Amino acid sequence: MRFNHDLKECEVTPKALWASRRDFLRQAMTAGLGGWMAGPLTANAGPLGAKLNPAFRVSDPTTPLEKVTTYNNFYEFGTSKEDPAQQATNFKVRPWTVTVEGEVNKPQTFDLDDILKLAPLEERIYRLRCVEAWSMVIPWIGFPLKELLKRADPRGNAKFVEFISLMDPEQMPGQKKAVLDWPYREGLRLDEAMHPLTLLTVGLYGDVLPNQNGAPIRIVIPWKYGFKSVKSIVRIRLTETMPVTSWMKAGPSEYGFYATVNPAVDHPRWSQAKERRIGDFLKRPTLPFNGYGDQVASLYSGMDLSKNF
Amino acid sequence: MEPKIPSAKQRQHPRADLTVAFLKILIFVLALVPLTRLLINGYLDALGANPVEKILRNTGFWTLSILMITLWVTPLRLLTGLTFIGRFRRILGLFAFFYVVLHFLSYLVLDQFFDWPNILKDISKRPYITLGFLAFLILIPLAVTSTDGMMRRLGGKRWRGLHQWVYLAGFAGVVHFWWLVKKDITEPALFAIAFSVAMLVRVLMKARKRSSPLPDHTP
Repeated sequence: MRFNHDLKECEVTPKALWASRRDFLRQAMTAGLGGWMAGPLTANAGPLGAKLNPAFRVSDPTTPLEKVTTYNNFYEFGTSKEDPAQQATNFKVRPWTVTVEGEVNKPQTFDLDDILKLAPLEERIYRLRCVEAWSMVIPWIGFPLKELLKRADPRGNAKFVEFISLMDPEQMPGQKKAVLDWPYREGLRLDEAMHPLTLLTVGLYGDVLPNQNGAPIRIVIPWKYGFKSVKSIVRIRLTETMPVTSWMKAGPSEYGFYATVNPAVDHPRWSQAKERRIGDFLKRPTLPFNGYGDQVASLYSGMDLSKNF
Repeated sequence: MEPKIPSAKQRQHPRADLTVAFLKILIFVLALVPLTRLLINGYLDALGANPVEKILRNTGFWTLSILMITLWVTPLRLLTGLTFIGRFRRILGLFAFFYVVLHFLSYLVLDQFFDWPNILKDISKRPYITLGFLAFLILIPLAVTSTDGMMRRLGGKRWRGLHQWVYLAGFAGVVHFWWLVKKDITEPALFAIAFSVAMLVRVLMKARKRSSPLPDHTP
């Protein structure tokens, strides 16, 4: 077994290695996902033209693309970590629309291609901490979710945002099993959703999102456990009351609405004090708010996060 | 249930003995396949993105699988009347122990890397780890007393009494798996069925045996 302990960032993912992956993706698109060809994403059949935003970049080495794309929790495509990479190969990501509705003045349905033009795409390197005590570092591509929400003009009484993933058991075989109450639902408080760290995400490692990573559009909230970062979003609803999420329904004592990364609050069945960074052998201490405390801790001032877990 | 010390009757059938010996070798080889696969995949760096988790899950899965097969030996013997099946119980039980040792060592070294304070906290505070550890502890004296010499020294009755603890180990092992799974309980449920049905058959066959004057392998 090989473990990557002390690799410098430049050594972690040889360009040739993920370039070949891209060839594969491109071939897959040409073969089965013709829709992609028309989009601006692949106008020159190349990577997304997104520049790294140095303000949102962690210094930890990034997790190799191969691991990011073969170790996934995406229960719509099966409950084992290897399932999504195998089951999502034929997932159709075009045409795709996202409806923004609820407590907004301008409810509307956006075509994915239009969303991509709403704001400049940027690359951000975020830590991702799973509730199962493992973590990765991933270069995502997207823009702040607030850019999209602004377009719908939230009303004054909107307090929460509910996200709903695609429901399509034919394409998502995992939905044929009642593992969760499908479709997958997640939620944020409006101020969390409008926070500059909350990224509406369409790509990773320079290219469009691989199907198993939540294609074609997802959000990434780096200071919360991974299950909050909804994949394959079709509906965004602004509400006055706190939405009930899929995981809250599945295990109310185990999964809360806030789910901020917190080494001091254990999951009822396992410790959250440490995590294994994928590729490492030894575990490392987990940081409060996954290391983003200076940017987000103020969102929760006065709240007891051991009760609002 | 009785210890299988080769009897004079069995020794009179060298061909049957040969078949049993051959099947034991087959079990031995088959039982080493999961470990061999782990080692080869480990060497090839083919254990996926989280090799430690894979090794833990895999050794745990095979511990439970072989333990369930072991617990099915007696029910199968009672159901089929094929007494020679009982002669595979020890080798199967020892392989279940072999995999639980690997499972525990993976936890101790690969997962925790000798973080004793955390291990103690895990065992005392995490119910699924408490049960897993309990099952492991139970299996130790059973493995130690599995030899013919130990059977003789303990005597059939005491040996049987001691080895009945395997039912608790099997139960604790299944619950250990059930409680650690996040949501999809398909696999733990299959183990739970395997365990419960084995226990049920055992109880029913015992009850029938008690109410009937005939030996259990008579139709």
